[in-house]
Amino acid sequence: MAGTANVIEAEELRRTYAGGFEAVSGISFSVARGELFALLGTNGAGKTSTVELLEGLAPPSGGSVRVLGHDPYTERAAVRPRTGVMLQEGGFPAELTVAETVRMWAGCTSGRPEGARRSRSVRGGGRATGGAVDEALELVDLGRRSDVRVKQLSGGEKRRLDLALALLSRPEVLFLDEPTTGLDAEGRRDTWELVRALRDGGTTVLLTTHYLEEAEALAERLAILHNGRIAASGRVDEVVAAQPSHIAFELPDGYHLGDLPPLDRLGVSSHETSGRTVRLKTNALQQAATGLLLWARDSGVELRGLDVRSASLEEAFMKIAQDQRQEEETLR
Amino acid sequence: MTTTSDAVRSPVRARERTPNTAADRMKALGRAELTLLARNKSAMFTVLALPTVLTVSMHSAVSSMDLKQTGLTVGTVLLPGALGYVLLFAVYSTLTGVYVVRREELVLKRLRTGELRDLEILAGAALPAVLIGLAQAVLLAVGGSVLMDVPVPGTLWLAVVGLLLGMVVMGALAAATAAVTKSAEGAQIAVMPMMMLSIAGSGMVVPLDVLPGKLASFCELLPLSPVVGMIRDGWTGAGTGEVLRELLVMVVWTFIAVLVVRKRFRWEPRR
Repeated sequence: MAGTANVIEAEELRRTYAGGFEAVSGISFSVARGELFALLGTNGAGKTSTVELLEGLAPPSGGSVRVLGHDPYTERAAVRPRTGVMLQEGGFPAELTVAETVRMWAGCTSGRPEGARRSRSVRGGGRATGGAVDEALELVDLGRRSDVRVKQLSGGEKRRLDLALALLSRPEVLFLDEPTTGLDAEGRRDTWELVRALRDGGTTVLLTTHYLEEAEALAERLAILHNGRIAASGRVDEVVAAQPSHIAFELPDGYHLGDLPPLDRLGVSSHETSGRTVRLKTNALQQAATGLLLWARDSGVELRGLDVRSASLEEAFMKIAQDQRQEEETLR
Repeated sequence: MTTTSDAVRSPVRARERTPNTAADRMKALGRAELTLLARNKSAMFTVLALPTVLTVSMHSAVSSMDLKQTGLTVGTVLLPGALGYVLLFAVYSTLTGVYVVRREELVLKRLRTGELRDLEILAGAALPAVLIGLAQAVLLAVGGSVLMDVPVPGTLWLAVVGLLLGMVVMGALAAATAAVTKSAEGAQIAVMPMMMLSIAGSGMVVPLDVLPGKLASFCELLPLSPVVGMIRDGWTGAGTGEVLRELLVMVVWTFIAVLVVRKRFRWEPRR
């Protein structure tokens, strides 16, 4: 397979649950080798349902999915040794220690680093030795917790243990389902750093998140999921660029909206006022801002509360969710 | 995670991977389950103590039975029954609990994201219960034989085959029971019908030979009956006259269990 081939391909993917609820309603996207792709969406948007199809935990109700050129559900043996998975809610036996958990997983994993097979817990020092187990735990900063039972770990530590296992086989493709949910700010930053390092090392990463800043910080491309459909997708800057920028200010005393230069000539696409506050939307932010500021200077007035803001992913995200809601309400 | 970037290495490409066999995987899983079993006091009691305690407590009841017409002795009634208890408590009931609890803990779901195949997950998790069950069966059989002065099984291989097949049938039924059980609390109730029916009707306490004809024919069809029957016939040296029928009953129950598992087994809890 060529180095640039798509590693993940989803076409018209559908997933309907036993009760008839359709969680994924025909979505298509692809992820190239070495790329970091984010599925962004609110809770219930269909992120986990989609990722589980890519991981091969369930067959799609419609459409097709290929991972590394294989069907991840029916050709499990061909795909699994090359993928690493971190579920949204991972399960580990509560009574095993961290090191025992990693050792169990190492025994179930091919292509594991040298030493994993021979790793043994050495009493006295009270720590598990063996390159792979130690290395995996150091990677997520759990080295000092190796003899602690899983049930005694904090939520964030459990997430990091889960990540360590997903990385144990040094996978070509890594699926991370909300990897930083439940982590504190430091843990999140560390995880981001680790995910970036993996991407830089050539690992293809598909991650889901409902944190916009996470998608913005990590992803090269993303798809925004809403109600089981892709509402927008592309490079982060493309998705953002499709959204209007905003200008807000207070009308100076004695002035009316009509006293401003003609809004369409400023490149303003729409406006609204509440009290003295004016909000403008524009796809030509520089032109609109320049026109407005020149007018203010020439008129000798101060635009109090002036706020000029280019579009952000957050606005794109909110807008998409809002548009879809309105669409559905009119359909009803 | 300060040295993150240095520690992360490039992915391993497919052809560079060290292959990993089903045996490797099941061993790793079985070892973890053995650790878990050893840390679970009530499971350890069920597995290690109950079969012996129940066998001892049956002794006086069996001693007062009239066994003259059946050609059986107290020993050849009690010892196959003891192995039956091992199969029920150490294997069937323990394994049902393991499957249900691991599902509740989302362990089964997590394991399914890895390289283990579904059957390897079920079989690997069953390894400790099966191995401990086997060891205990041997101890009970040898110890009981010495204490009650029972001669060595006349057709030893038949008893051994019966025990091994019994492990398979019980393992399959445990997975099937887990498939129709929703919660860990439910598992303790879900195993009851099979436990009660087997103890009462599979010849563990009362040999089927002393039951009325029609009742005996029905009881012969219960899952554990052919197992206990085979072990007892092996012990008494009664021969292999019943083996075909016994094998057929075992195959049918295993088939039903596999069917239920395929249709109904869930790998994650209902939400």
